[in-house]
Amino acid sequence: MNFRRFSLISVPYLWLLIFFLVPFLIVLKIALSDTAIAIPPYTPVLDPAAGWAGLKEFFSGLDFENFTFLTEDDLYWKAYLGSLKIATISTLLTLMVGYPIAYAMAQAADEWRPTLMMLVILPFWTSFLIRVYSWVGIIGNEGLLNHVLLASGLISQPLQIMNTPTAVYLGIVYTYLPFMILPIYSALEKMDTSLTEAAVDLGCSRGQAFWLVTLPLSRPGVVAGCFLVFIPALGEFVIPSLLGGSQTLMIGKVLWEEFFSNRDWPVASAVAVVLLAILVIPIILFQRNQQKQEEAGR
Amino acid sequence: MAETNPQKVFAPWEDPTAVPLIRFEAVTKKFGTFTAIDNLNLKIYRGEFFALLGPSGCGKTTLMRMLAGFETPSEGAIWLDGQNVAPIPPNKRPVNMMFQSYALFPHLSVWENIAFGLKRSDMPKDQIGERVQEMLRLTRLEQFAKRKPHQISGGQRQRVALARSLAKAPKLLLLDEPLGALDKKLRQETQFELMDIQEKTGTTFVIVTHDQEEAMTVATRVAVMDHGKLIQVATPAGIYETPNSVYVADFIGEVNIFEGAARRISDDMVEIDYAEGKAPLRAVTSEALAPAQKVFFAVRPEKILVSHQPPHERANEVKGKIVDIAYLGNISTYRVRLETGQMVSAQMTNAKRLARRDFTWEDEVWLSWTETAGVVLTR
Amino acid sequence: MNRKLSWFNVTSLTLGFAFLYLPMVILIFYSFNASKLVTVWAGFSTRWYVALFHDQQFLDAAWVTLRVGVMSSTLATVLGTMAAYVLVRGGRFTGRTVFSGMIYAPLVMPEVITGLSLLLLFIAIGIDRGIFTIVLAHTTFAMCYVSVVVSSRLMTFDRSLEEAALDLGCSAFDAFRSVTLPIIFPAVISGWLLAFTLSLDDLVIASFASGPSSTTLPIKIFSAVRLGVNPEINALSTIMISIVTLGVITTSLISKNAIRRQREEEQAAASQ
Repeated sequence: MNFRRFSLISVPYLWLLIFFLVPFLIVLKIALSDTAIAIPPYTPVLDPAAGWAGLKEFFSGLDFENFTFLTEDDLYWKAYLGSLKIATISTLLTLMVGYPIAYAMAQAADEWRPTLMMLVILPFWTSFLIRVYSWVGIIGNEGLLNHVLLASGLISQPLQIMNTPTAVYLGIVYTYLPFMILPIYSALEKMDTSLTEAAVDLGCSRGQAFWLVTLPLSRPGVVAGCFLVFIPALGEFVIPSLLGGSQTLMIGKVLWEEFFSNRDWPVASAVAVVLLAILVIPIILFQRNQQKQEEAGR
Repeated sequence: MAETNPQKVFAPWEDPTAVPLIRFEAVTKKFGTFTAIDNLNLKIYRGEFFALLGPSGCGKTTLMRMLAGFETPSEGAIWLDGQNVAPIPPNKRPVNMMFQSYALFPHLSVWENIAFGLKRSDMPKDQIGERVQEMLRLTRLEQFAKRKPHQISGGQRQRVALARSLAKAPKLLLLDEPLGALDKKLRQETQFELMDIQEKTGTTFVIVTHDQEEAMTVATRVAVMDHGKLIQVATPAGIYETPNSVYVADFIGEVNIFEGAARRISDDMVEIDYAEGKAPLRAVTSEALAPAQKVFFAVRPEKILVSHQPPHERANEVKGKIVDIAYLGNISTYRVRLETGQMVSAQMTNAKRLARRDFTWEDEVWLSWTETAGVVLTR
Repeated sequence: MNRKLSWFNVTSLTLGFAFLYLPMVILIFYSFNASKLVTVWAGFSTRWYVALFHDQQFLDAAWVTLRVGVMSSTLATVLGTMAAYVLVRGGRFTGRTVFSGMIYAPLVMPEVITGLSLLLLFIAIGIDRGIFTIVLAHTTFAMCYVSVVVSSRLMTFDRSLEEAALDLGCSAFDAFRSVTLPIIFPAVISGWLLAFTLSLDDLVIASFASGPSSTTLPIKIFSAVRLGVNPEINALSTIMISIVTLGVITTSLISKNAIRRQREEEQAAASQ
């Protein structure tokens, strides 16, 4: 391997190693440490100058105390389960909303498609934070929605949407919708329309043709879209924080509060390690799906 | 095959003292478990227009890419002008390639495309402009110099690709199915243009093609390949008139094959029993044959005469019925089912006009050919 | 084939896009509301915009965000393009699976985890948190996005162009610089814009990676809106939405024009 090739590979490689992989090891290490009133607020701290003795002392100071703590306190496993439930339901909701839109886009005439794409991409480029914030003024008890519904007489009491899981569902579906639409649209667009025509020609109704031909062929896009929503949604922080209130327990929020409010870095790290462990399988599946698609496309 | 000077026939391969420009020495190329090139030996001489001919997957493109430097042999060596090219990367070889897709740089103009290779050679800057002009003149592209590839037609793009590959005056020019994308008329014109340019510049051309007509038209010699091996290397006439195997005979043009047991009756003549109860075929061959060896007699359709009565002047006559006629304007091909059941094609020029034609469907006819009309093949 | 949309499809599109855009439209609407309250319309006013531009903290945060954005996206584009080239053209090398995993994982990793891990790294190494650390953090996750965009373009790139360049005398690097890069340049720019947007928008990772003097705009926005609707934020949102809209529409029009012109030229050439 000549020098050029070596440096081409090693520069990004080293960067990711240092700034992506090593940090995870550090998180793991800190998850095994204890809190301390010190800077940094954990112990033991690895002192390279202390040599072998220091190393031994370091390893003896590590323990699984934080992980057992996670199992003892209700908060944590409730938050994990809550996150799983919310992420799953939101993904399904996003799929149900996003698929028809993607399908309609793929059916549209060619000259409309760039415009439709642009309309989907524009929210994607707009600030995530702002888009979540935009719902704050709408779904609050004194928000626009309740104001309109009360004024028109459809309801007599304001609907409690804000600070409930429903608000979180709404927020996730809203912000992650482009991530679901784009892969599905991409898969549908590549599909050969003559396949559905052949199905109809052979006796299927339009509905059957969709169910038996279009839907299965769009599966890679659906799978990609679901992963792109589910995995980040699991660890979401902003949406439950702004819209979910204290009732909605999501693990991302718990991690944040553990870190910033409680200043308990070891526990926050332990939370992160467990979250990562839960996510490893979906992440690997997602990568496998992407690789399969790449190979199919080549 | 065009011969400009009938007196001086270009045939360096017949000269035992001639030094080849390219030499493949026991070259093998494997991709994993798949053998693309199998122990291949070949010599190509300076000034040749050499064609590599064969079906998809026969290895011809792999062979060419090894010459260009994009693949390296798994075993064996390739010599270019006395040098082993193995350690030389593609950008340092005196070889240039004209790609099947033309591979014109879309972000550069025609002028810049042609100048691209020159700018990376040690040609002084002031000479580059002249050379590019020369190439534009050679390919008749002067008025398109400033245009980008998407602004010119397919035929013009092909000429740019040619000009670009000749700009550095390489010792060897490789052409990868260069005429595939052109329509038939343009293809024929371009074939003659290519031959002209090759003679004018004196460059050695190696062309890869699956189109046997193309190979026969442009090449000084043709190599017929199959599954990574060379089956036969000869001039177009040699390939056509004296194929060395049924594979080659069948690959080029149309051929009729009679299978049978051969019996030598004199120094140059054999008799072939091809069917029970039928008179044996007589053919001239000096090849050494075992008694009753199975042979294949190959005879081209245009060598067969169709007549209503047995002519009795030719060594071979067989009887049959016309099953199909393909009328091609200048010639007609007759598909005749012999009494033995075998289908034979015979081709005759339409010397008479249609209404006065002698033969029609269902006619009982005699097919005849001389004893030198075909070739006796042992494989 | 009938290209007119069925009523079902038209409804899907209308409802879908209404859902996507209505909240933002409402936001823009209320940024011009003289009253703070959402329920009262007190007349058209630009007072919140004026207030915004006089808010020094916001302006400082915006400046930090801009600087971080430009630096991290440029660095991320360089690293991401290198990574993309390695992934697509690199062939086999030891550690390729690990490399590929490291490139794709950040795309789906929850930000709280990446943010936390990076902060712990900075502390372990002993770097003071500030603009520099935010740039490092943003570069790290943005380069993965850039790499996805660029590698997707590289995969459809016609390799025979690179081979032709080599054949004509280029070294591998020269071929990349003179042929590949100019042609994939739009994808590289796309990658830069994506990295820039991600950096501008990032709250969680910046919160972990920033120091006391390096507050970014998202951090300021978040602390403002935790308490509820904030009219200055409405104004800021409108400005940001407008910039993005302008940008997206402009690029759409430019690329549509370019494609149309290219097609016309090709047709003119073919009919010669």
